[in-house]
Amino acid sequence: MTAQTIQGTAPRASAGGSKKPLRWGQIASQVFLICACVLWLLPIVFALYVALRPYSDTQKYGYVSLPHHLTLKNFSDAWSQSDMVHYFWNSVLITVPSVIIVLALASGLAFVLTRVNVKINVALLIVFTAGNLLPQQVIITPLYRLFLQIHVPTFLAGSGLLYNSILGLVVINVSFQLGFCTFVLSNYMKSIPDEMYEAALVDGAGLWTRFQKLTLPLCRPALAALATLLTTWIYNDFFWAITLMSSGDKRPITSALANLQGQFVSNQNLIAAAAMIVAVPTLVVYVLLQKQFIAGLSLGSSKG
Amino acid sequence: MTDHELDPATAGAPRAPRRRRRVGRLSGRDKAVVAVLLGLPILLDLAFIWGPALGTIGLSFTKWNGVGSLSTKACLPNVPSILSNGCLYGVQNYHQALTIYPEFWPAVRHNLIWLAVFVFFATPLGMFFAVLIDRGIKGSRMYQSILFLPVMLSLALVGIIWEFMYSQNYGLINTVIGHNHNGNAIDWLGNPKLNLWAVLVEATWRQAGYVMVLYLAGLKAVDPQLREAALMDGTNAWQTFWKVVFPVMRPINIVVMVVTVIESLRAFDLVYITNKGINGLELLSVLVTSNIVGETQRVGFGSALGVVLLVISLVPICTFLYLTFRRESQPKGAR
Repeated sequence: MTAQTIQGTAPRASAGGSKKPLRWGQIASQVFLICACVLWLLPIVFALYVALRPYSDTQKYGYVSLPHHLTLKNFSDAWSQSDMVHYFWNSVLITVPSVIIVLALASGLAFVLTRVNVKINVALLIVFTAGNLLPQQVIITPLYRLFLQIHVPTFLAGSGLLYNSILGLVVINVSFQLGFCTFVLSNYMKSIPDEMYEAALVDGAGLWTRFQKLTLPLCRPALAALATLLTTWIYNDFFWAITLMSSGDKRPITSALANLQGQFVSNQNLIAAAAMIVAVPTLVVYVLLQKQFIAGLSLGSSKG
Repeated sequence: MTDHELDPATAGAPRAPRRRRRVGRLSGRDKAVVAVLLGLPILLDLAFIWGPALGTIGLSFTKWNGVGSLSTKACLPNVPSILSNGCLYGVQNYHQALTIYPEFWPAVRHNLIWLAVFVFFATPLGMFFAVLIDRGIKGSRMYQSILFLPVMLSLALVGIIWEFMYSQNYGLINTVIGHNHNGNAIDWLGNPKLNLWAVLVEATWRQAGYVMVLYLAGLKAVDPQLREAALMDGTNAWQTFWKVVFPVMRPINIVVMVVTVIESLRAFDLVYITNKGINGLELLSVLVTSNIVGETQRVGFGSALGVVLLVISLVPICTFLYLTFRRESQPKGAR
């Protein structure tokens, strides 16, 4: 289908002068994109449809059938029966500190790497960038042992270890995302003209002032884009929470989904409703901050 | 528009002079600031990323079940494994993985299939979406938003959502094609001959939107005059794209290539949520994980599998770093 459409569009559009062939190309593009969008929405819409139908209805008529009743009861049941508030709160406790800390550390590091001549700054940037590109599974084995070794006071982590604690997940999310953020922010900071720093220096501004009063405000758009991206990514994280947490009740909502799936195994409608509820925070980002999210992705892919 | 303001390549290029001088000498207080700003992230990165990465290599030469301590003594041959624990095992882990571990080669094959589908299908599809949308046809914003939607969802969620499509008895696909009865139901996610492809459809569904967004940013940055000039010369749209636009997008092409390879090596969540990565869905990432968090911990063996993954992933990582940072080190050498 793809190849056909390419052939259908391209040569005709080239005919240039006459308007008719160009229109055919446009129609082909429209048809292709509409088909693709229907296919893209179908799984989500179907899951939503299952979530909106009472269990009795789907048992009687099958899942692929016209609706006889639509209800929000599955959502309220899924919410109350699975202690979702608790898992959502875990997600908040992990995501919010992680995003703040990683942006603070990465902007400081990127500032030094771009604005202070520390000789090895390119080498350092390479090390951090490469660290972010490693598959998580490359480091998980020693990391798992390490998390079992590191003792932390119980007021920071109930388990007394980094393993199986919210703190541990914050630590690994921060460390792992540091590379990407530093890479993006250092590219961004390079675009700030030197003259501004020279002027600040004439005014007698120290390094910290130049960082806090000059660089950070100028980086606000990049920081906003990164914050959006990181919030979504850390909220969506599944792997770290599955491997570095043993007990289900400390897990954030995304990885707790695996447990919920087991809990509701006999009632698909509840699973669908639970899945839709878990998607809500990312859908809010999607609706309100899509531009920021996309800007963050594009920042990561463009180099200064 | 926001993209443009944010894009350092376009925003800063004309203003920032090439020969960038770094301003000022450092006072004592400044040095302390540098130490803190550099020290903390370096410490974290060494302790939790590069330390463990090196640890994986070290542990891969040992035999250890995670209990007791590690020693530098060589493992005794012909002794029950309980007695030879925490000892140096040489390259035995690698040898076992390559020869007698039944899941190893299937996992490698599945990872390669995953990569091939991403390279030859998901990525071109995403690029094609981007090209169509970039031509500014009617409704392009809506198309972009819809195709992008799956990128927002976690892979775990994607796996659950698709189970409603694939389920044997009540799934949308089987019902529509009439294969939802006990006799003839197609077990999309359970049949080891089918399930990898079924999961790859899910992965592509998400990956294509991701690639599309990256290319849309790249296409926006292409100077429209280039395209116009090419079209005036009589090249058709197809040729213009491949001969003029595509080469100009080189930086994006590199990023997309790296994202494609790394994502196919990282693939884990989808197969784990589907069936914990067994019975046709084995991947290297799953094997590493199951050897350390499973019931029987084989730290050394799991590490060896991790090293295999590390070595493979170093290829795209090094390529990316070389192509990205080559330009930065050049002017330095000239100075």
